Amino acid sequence: MSLANTFYNTLVRRNSVFVPTIFAGAFAFSIGFDLGITKFWDSWNKGKQWQDIRSKYVEQD
Amino acid sequence: MSNKDYYGGGQQQYYPPQGPPPGQGGYYPQQPQQAYGQQPYGQPYGQPYQPQPPPQTVYVLPAGALKNVAALPGARSTTLNAARSLPRVRFASTSSTSSGAFESFANSRATLASATLLTVGSVAWYANLYGTLPFIGEVHANSPAEEGLHPAHYPWSHSGWFDSFDHASIRRGYQVYREVCAACHSLDRIAWRNLVGVSHTVDEVKAMAEEVEYEDGPSDQGEMFQRPGKLSDYMPPPYPNEEAARASNQGALPPDLSLIVKARHGGADYIFSLLTGYRDPPAGFEIREGMNYNPYFPGNAISMARVLFDGLVEYDDGTPATTSQMAKDVVTFLHWAAEPEHDERKKAGLKAVILFSTLTAISLYIKRFKWSVVKTRKIQYNPPVSKH
Ligand code: HEC
Repeated sequence: MSLANTFYNTLVRRNSVFVPTIFAGAFAFSIGFDLGITKFWDSWNKGKQWQDIRSKYVEQD
Repeated sequence: MSNKDYYGGGQQQYYPPQGPPPGQGGYYPQQPQQAYGQQPYGQPYGQPYQPQPPPQTVYVLPAGALKNVAALPGARSTTLNAARSLPRVRFASTSSTSSGAFESFANSRATLASATLLTVGSVAWYANLYGTLPFIGEVHANSPAEEGLHPAHYPWSHSGWFDSFDHASIRRGYQVYREVCAACHSLDRIAWRNLVGVSHTVDEVKAMAEEVEYEDGPSDQGEMFQRPGKLSDYMPPPYPNEEAARASNQGALPPDLSLIVKARHGGADYIFSLLTGYRDPPAGFEIREGMNYNPYFPGNAISMARVLFDGLVEYDDGTPATTSQMAKDVVTFLHWAAEPEHDERKKAGLKAVILFSTLTAISLYIKRFKWSVVKTRKIQYNPPVSKH
């Protein structure tokens, strides 16, 4: 059976499976996408953000 | 003669004859193999997608069919007339004979030339009065000096699409604001809590807030009382009211700095240039007592004197406190104060651009996919087979 058929038969055929698949997929994607963007953002702005300089001031107290 | 002749040669014959002889379709064309209703409408699931579906046969009435009916003897002349006037009739809804005069007017060269002249002339006239267009002179009520020198564009560490603020610079800038500018300028819209997690730790901000006394109340006795500041308090103003501020500054009001970066043309570049741009007035420039010459300020005479000098503050991270360093830091701080959402906004914008461009690409693909059936369909004409 081709991949498309497996995909169709396991996930799409029943609505009771299809809808939760979409919800779970959206949840997983949003977390993954967010993590990816944050990783890029933090490396692009390395040393400029508060989290990068915070340690200098927290230890003083 | 035999009986056969009378009785149809042994074949059973009925009168009147019923239907066409067996094996012939009569006057009706054979039904095509492919017809609606014989197959399920649309593509069945799981079948690979075919970009070019087999052509569907569509039957069209022959163009001459009706004309032949009309071309009976006696009706000939009308047919010829109809044929001659066909092109006219065809476009009857889109043109009319009465529009001839208007058409020739609208299509004439003189009309084209005068409309062009009118357009060019009115644009040039408008630009001459109010605006700028290349090669066309303009009139100004203000001299360039009165508008202030345009600031240079500086390469701020946060000016790129993906660039966050430099938070170490915000921290130093807060120090400059506190030690220098806060003597005259308020910062109404920033509370102590806003600094937490941006430039200072919670404990640092709490300690700074407690050094300031705030009036609170009324108490149980109905009296106002003084208390040390809390995280939720806003930055203390230098003067109790506008009149006091003006009285201490020769009538000039030091504006609130919370939104100053958004409130001035040129934004951060302008304020940096203003703070570092003080110099002696050029020869012949009359300046009133107590005013200061600054080419970047509109009118060039500002009541705020130069406030930043090398070594004025001492940074706790060891950065040399030159005039331009302090100006850069305080402007970065003020830019953060005007746009505290800046970092989050750029990050969210990055996500939005990626997501929406992906969704746009997907929807364009789906549109092409769904329409490909319609766009590759062929319409074919099979003339009916003559039976005679
Ligand atoms: C001695 C009091 C004083 C101090 C200290 C001071 N200013 Fe001012 N500032 C003024 C006054 C007064 C004005 C109004 C000037 C005017 O309208 O002519 C002003 C105006 C401004 C303006 C507005 C200019 C405009 O385009 O209208 C900015 C921006 C500014 N100050 C920034 C600062 C910064 C940043 C600091 C700290 C580095 C600072 N000032 C320190 C008194 C002061």
